[in-house]
Amino acid sequence: MKIKELIFDPIFRNNPIALQMLGICSALAVTVQVENVLVMCVGVIFVLIFSNLFVSLIRNIVPGSIRIIVQMTIIASMVIIAEQLMKAYVYETYKSMAVYVGLIITNCIIMGRTEGFAMKSGPWASILDGLGNGLGYSFILIVVGVFRELFGSGTLMGYPLFELVRDGGWYQSNGLMILPPSAFFLIGFIIWVIRCFDSSQLEEN
Amino acid sequence: MSESPIKTIMVALGLCLVCSIMVAGVAVKFKPMQVKNADLDLKKSILSAAGMYQEGIDIDEVFEDIEVILVDFETGEEMDHIDANEFNPEKAIKDPELSIRIPDSEDVGNLLRRPKYAKVYLVKNDEAELDKIILPITSKGLWSTMRGFLALKADTKTVAGFAYYSHGETPGLGGEVDNPKWKESWIGKKVFDEEWQPAIRVSKVSKEPGQSGYEHHIDALSGSTITSNGIDNSLQYWLGESGYGVYLASLRDNENIGEEI
Repeated sequence: MKIKELIFDPIFRNNPIALQMLGICSALAVTVQVENVLVMCVGVIFVLIFSNLFVSLIRNIVPGSIRIIVQMTIIASMVIIAEQLMKAYVYETYKSMAVYVGLIITNCIIMGRTEGFAMKSGPWASILDGLGNGLGYSFILIVVGVFRELFGSGTLMGYPLFELVRDGGWYQSNGLMILPPSAFFLIGFIIWVIRCFDSSQLEEN
Repeated sequence: MSESPIKTIMVALGLCLVCSIMVAGVAVKFKPMQVKNADLDLKKSILSAAGMYQEGIDIDEVFEDIEVILVDFETGEEMDHIDANEFNPEKAIKDPELSIRIPDSEDVGNLLRRPKYAKVYLVKNDEAELDKIILPITSKGLWSTMRGFLALKADTKTVAGFAYYSHGETPGLGGEVDNPKWKESWIGKKVFDEEWQPAIRVSKVSKEPGQSGYEHHIDALSGSTITSNGIDNSLQYWLGESGYGVYLASLRDNENIGEEI
């Protein structure tokens, strides 16, 4: 039961983006194409799981005065490792989103989880929490990415679904969907839908 | 959770040591794969600029037929004393010995510096005659320096292909420089006019076939004025006297291909 909660709660009931409003910046930046989204999600899940694990392992010997720096160091190391792996195995995708991979360091979700969860929980629970929050983040990003790529460029995973007017088809691409602010609107709609089903997430006036 | 300064320092040092060993280990372990990837990617973009790339070909094998030479921008002569394969234009541009500052009056493309030597790729046909010349081109776009290749036919005038292999322009707007249809529109255009002055223009005023200047006209990308202007301006520089102009002229003299057209 506990395992299930740790993994599935962050997807709908306590989503890091939709409820905690963390990690919005990268949700705007990388969601133009679904392929980039998937790589970003794998990177974030990897960094989340391992940062949580290592922070949790050393949580009892870390002096309180430097704990944030210690977490930052671990997160930064994990991000560099993730970046190196991408460069070695998925070079093409890495090239198209190089800057954003490095910016996983600044993703507020990761620091939020290490400070808020891993510092007071055991390693196994921390791994699951990392995985759950990573999946919650991925869920929102994939939904946003699918909408933005489909309506912005008429493709999905680079595979053309809507024939664009400029290529002689019928679909006039939506320029707004290509620009980052459209992700704000989409995330707003997702939050609305989630809160329609789960009224406990509504904020009091 | 004791807070003695000694312990704090020890923990910090220990953590840094462990983290640096991990990061360094991964970086060293994967270096060969990364170098190979970057190398293949560059070769792939050279081949695609020349229209020789298809999905599934052995890039290294095809690339063996391409001759790499270093050319002095000022004299247009081939440089023999430096190994062309070892020359890295991206590194050279940071080395004051190997690059020059472009005078402001000539720097229409806002490029600031260029290497002293150009790494040019020559494609020969089956009769060992020059078939295509592939020239590296850099342009300043809106966000980034765009790096790419311009492939010319042996007459040094007709575009055989044009493609950027790295850029950081907005996807969907300036990023449309990667659009295959747009890249196709370059093929067959003439980069020089009758007096061998750079004539190719990337412009918003579209031209129909048959209209004067059509052979020099490339439709600019909509929604990306600065990217398109960057491409246009940098091409004026690269094809001009202080760019590849001298080298291309010497090619024409040597092979007497100038007269045929």
